Amino acid sequence: MSTKQTIIQPGRTARGFLLELVEYRDLFFFLAWRDILVRYKQTVIGIAWSVLRPVLTMVVFVIVFGKIAKLPSDGAPYALLVFAAMLPWQFFANTVTESSNSLIANAQMVSKVYFPRIIIPTTAMVVSLVDFAIAFVLLLGLMLWYGVWPDVRFLILPLLLVLAMITSLGIGYLISALSVKYRDFRYVVPFMVQFGLYVSPVGFSSSVIPEQWRLVYSLNPMVGVIDGFRWAILGGDTLIYWPGFLLSIGIGIGLFLYGVRYFLRSERVFADVI
Amino acid sequence: MTTAIRIENLSKRYLLGHQRKEKYVALRDVLMHQLRGVKQRVLHPLSQNREDIDIEEFWALKDINLEIKQGDRVGIIGHNGAGKSTLLKILSRIVEPTSGKITLKGRVSSLLEVGTGFHPELTGRENIYLNGAILGMRRNEIKRKFDEIVAFAEVEKFLDTPVKRYSSGMYVRLAFSVAAHLEPEILIVDEVLAVGDMAFQNKCVRKMGEFSTTGMTLLVVSHNIAVISRLCNRGIVLQSGYVNYEGSALDAASRYSEITSDRLQTHKDWPENAAPGDEVVRLLSIGIHSEPDNNRDVLDIRHPIIIEFTYKVYRTCSNLNPAFFLYNQDDIVVFISSGAHDTEWVNRQRQPGLYKSRCYIPGNFLAEGSFYIRAIINARDAWNAPVVHVDQKYAVGFKIYDALEGGSARGDHSGAYYGVVRPILEWSTTFNE
Repeated sequence: MSTKQTIIQPGRTARGFLLELVEYRDLFFFLAWRDILVRYKQTVIGIAWSVLRPVLTMVVFVIVFGKIAKLPSDGAPYALLVFAAMLPWQFFANTVTESSNSLIANAQMVSKVYFPRIIIPTTAMVVSLVDFAIAFVLLLGLMLWYGVWPDVRFLILPLLLVLAMITSLGIGYLISALSVKYRDFRYVVPFMVQFGLYVSPVGFSSSVIPEQWRLVYSLNPMVGVIDGFRWAILGGDTLIYWPGFLLSIGIGIGLFLYGVRYFLRSERVFADVI
Repeated sequence: MTTAIRIENLSKRYLLGHQRKEKYVALRDVLMHQLRGVKQRVLHPLSQNREDIDIEEFWALKDINLEIKQGDRVGIIGHNGAGKSTLLKILSRIVEPTSGKITLKGRVSSLLEVGTGFHPELTGRENIYLNGAILGMRRNEIKRKFDEIVAFAEVEKFLDTPVKRYSSGMYVRLAFSVAAHLEPEILIVDEVLAVGDMAFQNKCVRKMGEFSTTGMTLLVVSHNIAVISRLCNRGIVLQSGYVNYEGSALDAASRYSEITSDRLQTHKDWPENAAPGDEVVRLLSIGIHSEPDNNRDVLDIRHPIIIEFTYKVYRTCSNLNPAFFLYNQDDIVVFISSGAHDTEWVNRQRQPGLYKSRCYIPGNFLAEGSFYIRAIINARDAWNAPVVHVDQKYAVGFKIYDALEGGSARGDHSGAYYGVVRPILEWSTTFNE
């Protein structure tokens, strides 16, 4: 018989947090697995949906920004320029949307069982990762079609994905915790995501932003992620605006830390108010 | 014996403000509230801040001190709102206490609900893994117990069917089966036993009984005294956030019925204009009589009990009958009885006037415990359709006890004695050598 001892006291939740995450890793795995299973069982077109969304958005952007507005593409095929940005953007948008809503969607579990609550918005990201993987295969196909060969920079993509993860999780944690208390956040998120799609350089290259505004523009952490993805995927003579990129990274990490902290702080009253 | 659970000065406070009606608030309300506050402060800078006054404290639990030994099976009983669920949620770490400390020794599993996290789209097999993980089982552990879980739930054939196609019985069986295989050292259970069919319930109780022989500490919350007295050896009565009683399960159970029957009285009179009923008949009073305990609510099991209805009929009618449902403390209808068995009055027209009807319940018939009466007066209308004129739930109540003086079914046996009724029946035995 083990001599495991649990002490319950007010304000003790944050301590031993990492240890607990390790202890509950199986739950994380199973919840992620559930979300993936459900996602592809429930929707009739399933995987087709994950293909159609980025492709159709890309087509529209290519026509609107590339053909009609005739924005510059920095030498790369415009479709590829857009798709390289769609990849992290879709991942970000899906993660933020899903994780923001995740606590409310799992209210039943939160009010009946104990586990580190942060698992729930985090698993929401795993589903987006599957979509990301599918879109990534599409990207490879697109690169083949345009005859764009990846260079060494391509290897930095995993790191950039991690950056996209922590940026979206930070916002996801923050909003999921807030929306337990303020339910009208569910109306804010879709608007925010849609708004973000147009202010982030998804349909156009961030080089169209006037030089003196670029640093300000990079306050949006997704600017750095998207620029990074383009820089790594398009290869060749694509340039990266380093001060902005570093600023975006900093803001992404800051958001993540703040999101985790806010989440852990409000976690202890979730079951009381959910 | 070592202590498995030690609870020290545990309190939980809820703040009830304008949030009383809705648990969550909308951001727009908060912003509006803030704006109003600013406006108020600008217009009346000297007035007190009114917000503090709106907020009301509510102590769901107050200074709870308990010590539960390893291997004890403890039943926590109390009314709705007594703090049972709050205590359970704190012990399960779902909500945080406001103050105090709890020390739990051993692996804890809590079961506040069966089937938490079950997803209707997933198959039985998938849900077993998922639910097991949610309840704190390791992947290997679930894999090892998988066959046992399936066999216990009796759902082998439907393992690969989405649970949305399960019958509710199958669903509950599967959910409970996962939980029943947790093998924790401390198990905390809410009234999950109240689900499922009788046969499966008994199976679960047996399974829990098995647990208790392994030295597991069990904590059950229920207001079903029967479950508590069958499962537990110790009982705790909670009342409005305090520990009202702590002792053996049976004592706690009877203490709880005492609290419950506080609400009941053996006599009830109504002034004629406020009496239950209508323009045809009104129930003026109802009372319980039993010798020698007249006017007491505790009646000797050996003596007959008389239920007396006094009612006034205003309109000539036929087939008018007083009747009642007799419930026991577990809300089980022990029997119903109707004045239609009154051979002198059945089918006889009743002229307007005052009537008294009595029903005699023999001695040595009801078991020990609390009982209450739902009083009814019904009749038939001009088209011979039944009409209920009076229906008073919890009209009167009484308790039956056995003084262990002999002359009852129990005799001098002082231990647990089961059953809803306790008649003395005739026995005979033949012997062949």
